[in-house]
This record gives sequence, C-alpha cells and structure tokens, in this order.
Amino acid sequence: MAKVAIRFLLNGSEKAEFVESGTTLLDVLREKLADFSPKGGCLQGTCGACSVLVDGEIRLACLTLAETCEGCTIETAGGLAKDGVLHPLQIAFADGFATQCGFCTGGMIVASKALLDRNPAPSREDVIEAISGNVCRCTGYEPIIGAVLAAARANSTNKA
Amino acid sequence: MSVTLETFTDIAAAAAALAAPGAAYLGGGSLLVRRANEGDVALTHYVRLADPALRAIEVCPGRVRIGAGVTMGEILRHPGLDFLGTAARLIGGPAIRNAATVGGNLYARAPYGDFAVALLALDAVVHLGGRSGERDVPVEDFLAKRGTAFAKAIVTAVSFAVPANGTFRFIKASRVRPKGLSVVTIAAVLDTRGGLISFARIALGCLADRPMRARAAETALIGRAQTPEGIAPALALALEGTTPITDAVASGWYRGAVLPVHLGRLLLADA
Repeated sequence: MAKVAIRFLLNGSEKAEFVESGTTLLDVLREKLADFSPKGGCLQGTCGACSVLVDGEIRLACLTLAETCEGCTIETAGGLAKDGVLHPLQIAFADGFATQCGFCTGGMIVASKALLDRNPAPSREDVIEAISGNVCRCTGYEPIIGAVLAAARANSTNKA
Repeated sequence: MSVTLETFTDIAAAAAALAAPGAAYLGGGSLLVRRANEGDVALTHYVRLADPALRAIEVCPGRVRIGAGVTMGEILRHPGLDFLGTAARLIGGPAIRNAATVGGNLYARAPYGDFAVALLALDAVVHLGGRSGERDVPVEDFLAKRGTAFAKAIVTAVSFAVPANGTFRFIKASRVRPKGLSVVTIAAVLDTRGGLISFARIALGCLADRPMRARAAETALIGRAQTPEGIAPALALALEGTTPITDAVASGWYRGAVLPVHLGRLLLADA
C-alpha cells in the first residue's frame, strides 16, 4: 500500500508522518501520534467521542481522512492543559462531576471549546446545541451543561 | 482492506477515476467514510475533486447556486440563506454539519438526506460535470436515477429560484432533540397570499427510500383556505404513493400514521 506524507500542527506542535492513503485522522492521532484523547466510539459519526478541532471547526476524526488535513491546525482535548495547568473547561468538568466513565469527556470538552471560542457567553440552549452531536450514557447531560456554563462564567470572571 | 484516496483538480480526471469499480466520490465523508469504517469491502477508492468552485455560494437576485462541496454549517452561517437555516440546522450535530455536503446529501438514503427534501420542495436543478460535459438535471429526476444513471456522476452544484419571502417551510420530526434521525421530514413552498392557497410544492423524507413529492396533496390544496377544514382533503391524500421506510427509529406504519399530523402542523404553522 502506497504511503503518503502528511503534515499538520497538533496542539501547537508540528507533526509529519507517512500514512497509508485513506487513513482516518482518528487512527493517525491515536496510533501514530499517541494522542488518545479522541476515542473511537461508534465510527459512524453518531457518538462524537472522536471530536477534534480542525482549523477551529469541530470535526469527527473517525470520518475525516488524514490527508484532507494537510497543513491544518488540529486541537484535541489532550492538548488543552498548558504547563500542567488545566483548561477552564477541564476544571469545570472535574468540579461539576461532569465526567463519570470518561469516555465521552474528550469529545464533550472539544465540542464545548468550539462553542466558547466563538461564543464566550453562551445560553443553556447554545450549550445543548453545541453538544448535541456528543453522546453521554452516564451523566444525563445536566452536569455537562452546568460545567460548560460554569467554565464560561469562570472565563468572563478571569477576564474582568 | 483499506480504502485509498485519490484527489484531483481536474473534473474529467476525477470522473475517469470514479468510473473504476469500487470507486466512490468523497464529499464530506459523513456517509462514505462510515461505509469504510463499517467494513464495506466493495469500496476500494475514494475519489475527491479539490476545486474551489465546489465550495462557492452565489446568491443573485432571485436565484441561488450552492456548490456541491458546501457544508451544512456553511449554509447555516451564510447571511443570504436564512430561509434554509431551519433545514441545515436540523441535520446532525455541529461536527456532522461541518462535514456533510450538499452534494453528498443528494445521495443519502432515508432516514438521512433531509437537505435533499428541501431541495426537492425548492424544485432545484442539479448541475453535473464529468467526461461528457456539463448537464443540468431537475432534482426529482436526479433523485429517481441517483443509484443508476447518476450513481457515478459528479455533482458540481445545485441551484434554485429563491422562494418568495415566508413561503418556504420545513419540519423534521425526530424522537431526540435537538439532534435526532428523522421520523418524517417535510419541506414545502406554500403561497397563501390572498387568503387562499394558490401554490403548493411539498416534498417528503422517510416516506420512501429517497425524497418524494406529495403531488396528490399539492393538488388538493389549490384554492383551499389555510384552515384545518381547508387542508383536510390534502392530509387525507398525503400518503398517496408513499412507501414509508422501517428502521430502528420508527416503523413504516408509524411514519405513515404521523405524516398527516406533521403535514398539518407545517401547513397551518402561520395560519
């Protein structure tokens, strides 16, 4: 099988890999680059556990071919903490008991970051819409919605 | 077995590659990469056309042209396509909307393909390109032959006349909100100016394996008042010609049973 060269920025670090043509971004992130924060849940585009940001847009890594991300900037939940300091969303999820088994958490946090990046003061309805492509079978969603709203409040307090 | 990706900048070359057995055109990947993930061994090649024209949205007075590679998210964000926002917003979650394309939606089997329902109600034209040159096909004809004559076509764009203000309506009934698979999807262009219904074009989703027109209901609406009594004959004919799908979301019987309810709500939404 012919391999193709791909390069992209992953959580601020330049990455270059040879991958088999047609490989999904999820497989490259997990199997080549050891970023295990995006999960392979359904591989059908239903669960959202593989959510990542590609050039700031939320995408499903299981349905995105790595070759189509050539030259892109990719962010995952695994890159959110900086110098050992958790991202406000991560703090809010932990404080608000918004993670239980944790499988959906990476995707939930990425979906929430996509929201807060463009709408720092979202309504409850905005949060529900933003995480509508992400399935959680543990929490019943309420703690997650609360955590995203708390992170937004914390952000605005920090900037005030 | 893995599936390889071939990217072209020339449509004729892409069409030639697409003609090979096992090749399929890659739009946003929300349906096709899923097929590969599910182990469809008949799929061996993705063919992709990297042409900026496929991503263009042109809003001219009276007519809209949307490139086949435009995503639902881009439609949702475009200021000139507000009337389509309801349809685009109800397709998938934000991540799916950033992948799912207009062209891909035309090939989506029910319960997917909600945007194609909207395009059918808008009486859109599907623009094709490829080795034999450019062709324009009415969306209804395209949908009828999408698995045969147009199975290996390359859709470059869709275009349609902008409906008069307030005449386009769309409803998607699903069991999960805000995102859920369709139980039934209905799009309509309905002209009620003057007190009576003077024009009706209604498209249904999930009432067959692909979007279909509700022609008997359309005819029964003409000249009628936009009231429960006025639309009753049309609702009684709503199921004519349908073969509702059965899947994990709903049985065909259920879809048929609720169609008149949702069609009635759509027709009377502003009455």
